[in-house]
Amino acid sequence: MTTHSDVNPSHGATLPSDPKAHHETFPWKHILGFVLSLVLTFAALGLVLSAALPLTAVIVSIVVLAVLQLLVQLLLFMHLTERHGPATHVLTLVFGFFVAFTIVAGSAWIMFTFHATVA
Amino acid sequence: MAYQLDAHHAPVDSSVPLEYATEDGSLKILGFWIFLAADVVLFSCLFATYIVLQHNTYGGPTAQQLFDVPGFVTETLLLLTSSFTCGLAIFEMHRNRLQPMIGWWIVTILLGMGFVGMEISEFAKYVGEGANITRSAFLSAFFILVGTHGTHVTIGIFWMLGLLVQLLRYGITAITARKAFVASLYWHFLDAVWIFIFTVVYLTGKVS
Repeated sequence: MTTHSDVNPSHGATLPSDPKAHHETFPWKHILGFVLSLVLTFAALGLVLSAALPLTAVIVSIVVLAVLQLLVQLLLFMHLTERHGPATHVLTLVFGFFVAFTIVAGSAWIMFTFHATVA
Repeated sequence: MAYQLDAHHAPVDSSVPLEYATEDGSLKILGFWIFLAADVVLFSCLFATYIVLQHNTYGGPTAQQLFDVPGFVTETLLLLTSSFTCGLAIFEMHRNRLQPMIGWWIVTILLGMGFVGMEISEFAKYVGEGANITRSAFLSAFFILVGTHGTHVTIGIFWMLGLLVQLLRYGITAITARKAFVASLYWHFLDAVWIFIFTVVYLTGKVS
């Protein structure tokens, strides 16, 4: 993972003034991420307050908007794809999402079916 | 002063961002991603509980009666903006500019404090109206889910305050860069969890 370089690792040594990975001088990705987050947030709020769609359609739409905003955070703010080396962290996170989806969707499916059957 | 390189005299790779420059730093960042994946699972259990119990109000207030749109929208905007300013702090860190980094870092902490302050007053208002954690299964699930997130944010504020001291004392080094990057991952993650609380708890509560 770590490759040896010609930089002297002692105290006070300086990195090259312009490391390849950090050439950006204006935070475009962060501003894009912030604007997208605001748009997605207010789109969800608008859907709920306008009450233009049926209940199920509103809930499905706002959950989709939330997932999109999660992707904005991961890709534009959390540098998910910018790691240098194997993408072990992405696999771990995908597994975490898989377990989370199973727990949430599974619980809702079983318990709503149960309520519908008993009631 | 420019970059202070790694205090442990470990090999430093100058071709990657400073937080990944030592093997130790890289592994600790990976370890933190593994923690976040586990935290996703923890929150998923609380979300599942809330979704199942949300209509079990036991004659008490419902979500629709309780939630105040301007209040939770303001909380959302505070946390959303703090996630953005935290990203700007890391952006400045990557440019090796300590002063702007610390500036955005402090703004992030203040926005986080504003969020926690609003949440505490929201909870106090509910309890004052008799909507406390023992009132109904809905309210138990609500306070546990939203309270666990609020606790995470509170821990994050103290963590970032501690790092602020280290940044002021040591500047941007391979070690402080890695620590700040990990804290920023935590902070963005908490904003992502809040998006789902906003959607599943507050917005859904207003329509159903």
